[in-house]
Amino acid sequence: MDHEQAFELLPGYLDQELSLSEALEFERHLAGCEQCQRECERHRQVSARLRQADLRVEAPAELVKRVKASLPGRPTPWQRLVERFGWRSGDGAVQWAPIGAMAISLIALSWSAGLYLSVPSGETRFTQELVDNHIRSLQFDHLSDVISTDRHTVKPWFDGKLDFAPPVVDLAQQGYPLVGGRLDYLNGRPVAVMVYRYKLHPINLYVWPGNDAGTAPRVYQQRGYHLAHWSAAGMNYWAITDAGDAELNGFVTDLRAHPAS
Amino acid sequence: MADPLIAKRFETLVLPHMNSAFNVARWLTHDDQDAQDVVQEAYLRAFRFFGGFRGDDARAWLLSIVRNTFYTWYQQNRGHAPDTLEFEEDMHSLETGTANHDDGPEAMLIRSQSQKRVHQALRGLRLEYREVIVLRELEELSYKEIATIVGIPMGTVMSRLGRGRQQLAALLAPTDQEA
Repeated sequence: MDHEQAFELLPGYLDQELSLSEALEFERHLAGCEQCQRECERHRQVSARLRQADLRVEAPAELVKRVKASLPGRPTPWQRLVERFGWRSGDGAVQWAPIGAMAISLIALSWSAGLYLSVPSGETRFTQELVDNHIRSLQFDHLSDVISTDRHTVKPWFDGKLDFAPPVVDLAQQGYPLVGGRLDYLNGRPVAVMVYRYKLHPINLYVWPGNDAGTAPRVYQQRGYHLAHWSAAGMNYWAITDAGDAELNGFVTDLRAHPAS
Repeated sequence: MADPLIAKRFETLVLPHMNSAFNVARWLTHDDQDAQDVVQEAYLRAFRFFGGFRGDDARAWLLSIVRNTFYTWYQQNRGHAPDTLEFEEDMHSLETGTANHDDGPEAMLIRSQSQKRVHQALRGLRLEYREVIVLRELEELSYKEIATIVGIPMGTVMSRLGRGRQQLAALLAPTDQEA
């Protein structure tokens, strides 16, 4: 190892960063080189003075606070909120208790809001029940208890089964032949159901006494079924079918145009 | 809010090195307030990149971010920041013995005349030497760590440390003779 090479390795030797073989070679050179010995001494003194001079500065408490406050991420509205409400103790640590309490309240609030929103309104629940009932009625042999295309057969069939006489209308001329009737149970009460057809589509017409809706039919759609609801002459009507909107409209219009018998 | 586990890990691994971060930033910027800004920005960056941190040397990792943040800041502020003290200029300021920029808390740190000279000598050292000297002598990092932080080969770390110490020795020598 010549002087040039040794001189380059000098800092590494002082910092104990040389490999063992390099260090040994350097020491062999150092033993016979006054210049390198002087240089080593100078470097050692500089290092010693740097370390003794108290040059290391500590992070001010203010900075520690600032950094902690800004983590994680940039100041978010949440953090500004936290700071605004002064949920910080003296040493800059966030006091978690109020935040936890607030989080729990928020969770509880959204939970109850979710529950409230997931509970269907009375009307929605009722249309659901109607759709279910309609579907059930379409299952084998459920549609009609009395099978007749004659209203004078269907209407008397209800006698003694209900405390009211449902109006039964013949709409065969309009393309909605009566196919029968049945007794059903809806919303906690027995109701009369007249079954009509439009082509191959069954139409269930639910009737019971009451005046829940206006005379103008309101239409609904649920799970592909069309529903219409109105009241007339002290009776509540619900019509439901898987036929189209227009067909249901036609049915309802014809039905209302006909005098109840 | 970020993943609380990540935040917790960051708090455990990275936050404790704020003194190192501030010390390095302070010696790079020469100014308490600028150093605070650099450190705060560095911590924000560190948090953002923390997902990619796989090593076990969080301090070196953080310091490399501090250094990068400083250089970004330095390039933006170069025009009006009086941080172009070069070796020769500083020789001059040492000879005339003026130290009017040492005020505030910094002044309180400098207890003796000798310490003040060392302080000034380091302060006046060129940036490329100053950073390796600070990382080695004040933060006591290995050559390998310094090489990673500064982004230079270990051989260059060694030669810069050598030059830095030579210059410091030269800066301190006349005052030693006076003393």
